[in-house]
Amino acid sequence: MTIDFDRLEIDGVTRYYGRRRALHNVTFSCGAGEVVAVLGPNGAGKSTLLAVISTLIAPNGGEVRYGSHTARSAGALLRHRLGWLGHELQVYPELTARENLQFFARLMGVSDENAAVAAALASSRLESRAEEPVSGFSRGMRQRLALERALIHRPRLILLDEPFTGLDGPSSDALALRLRALAQAGTLVLLATHDVDLADQVLDRAMVLQSGRLTDVVAGAGWRQAYRAATRREH
Amino acid sequence: MFARTAWLIFRKDLTVEVRSRETIATTLFFAVSAVLVFAFALVKEGRVVADAAAGILWIAIAFSGTLALGRTFERERYTDTLRALMLAPSDRPAIYAGKLAAVLAMILAAEVVLVPLVAFLFDAAFLKRPAMLAGLLVLGTLGFASVGTLFAAMLVRARSRDVLLPVLLYPITIPVMIAGVRGTAALAQPVPDQPMALFWLMLLAAFDAVFVTLSLWTFEPLMVD
Repeated sequence: MTIDFDRLEIDGVTRYYGRRRALHNVTFSCGAGEVVAVLGPNGAGKSTLLAVISTLIAPNGGEVRYGSHTARSAGALLRHRLGWLGHELQVYPELTARENLQFFARLMGVSDENAAVAAALASSRLESRAEEPVSGFSRGMRQRLALERALIHRPRLILLDEPFTGLDGPSSDALALRLRALAQAGTLVLLATHDVDLADQVLDRAMVLQSGRLTDVVAGAGWRQAYRAATRREH
Repeated sequence: MFARTAWLIFRKDLTVEVRSRETIATTLFFAVSAVLVFAFALVKEGRVVADAAAGILWIAIAFSGTLALGRTFERERYTDTLRALMLAPSDRPAIYAGKLAAVLAMILAAEVVLVPLVAFLFDAAFLKRPAMLAGLLVLGTLGFASVGTLFAAMLVRARSRDVLLPVLLYPITIPVMIAGVRGTAALAQPVPDQPMALFWLMLLAAFDAVFVTLSLWTFEPLMVD
């Protein structure tokens, strides 16, 4: 049994860490095929929001709806439709590229594991290094592998936390192109980033967070000014 | 899906350990060092303090086991792979079960070296009842590792996790340690006291049932909230 959804609705989400409020009444919605950025200065609550959406932490108030489902109602089935790529790349350095992809394909219950691994190796352009331990890879190679690891089960919603950090120009451009292609194929891409220049290449909309509050939702060129204004206010 | 996820994580942890040999090497080195120090301190002119062997064996298991517990989750923290495991579409306690099985395998592997060493250095007779001793070791180690795996996972993002793990773990696992020591001591007598060893074995089985059930039940709420 599987579930699917084509909309993500964040409805009044609040999250505390002890007495500190990391998110305050955040409400937002987006649909499959969109690339949406979560922008904001350090400590604005971007990573917390992604973690709540990914079901890794529970909100203290409000809820996140994935189509007609919630994390509570769909449980483990929902996680089959979610992918996550963090700043730390979530691959095992002792294992080879192929072993990493095989492990996560099996873990995510991918039916045709061999085909999925072969496709992932081709997409990450790591076929010739497939049998080498990841510990010997450059940051860019690890990033490509990690992205394919996060996508190996074809998630509907992919969450990326600072995905451009540590990448050189060509690798960043390739990642931007890949995210655009994913959105065109019907994936909902949500990314937290500081890199306004790179985000410019891929974004449809941006939500601006400041001190845990959603201060702006903008489309097109306006998001850059909104982000700068939020950063200035913070300082 | 539960068993499959647990098996995948168990096998992955063992593969990583075979490649790096970090955990087993540090665990074994620490355990053997501790036993040797105790041997020099407590064995005089070939005579040993009564029941010392059982106590020293379980102290070495507890201390070196704590190292193994810390290392196994340090790997998941370093690369943030615990987050990726938590996103697997299976019951989250399966992650706990897989990690527990891997930790258990590593500590038991260290015990394969440790037990004959203690028996030799302290002239202990507990190897005369290998099946009963194996039962005590497996159940005692399971009780210790079940609580330890839960705490190590809980503390994975805590800054002072290395200090907090033993502080939380040792008081709760004292009943397991006492049962392990008394059961092993009963087997180490010149004439092994099998009924007494069996009593402690049954007690360990009861502790394990409680600890493993509680850990499986609390793993997801503790990791998500």
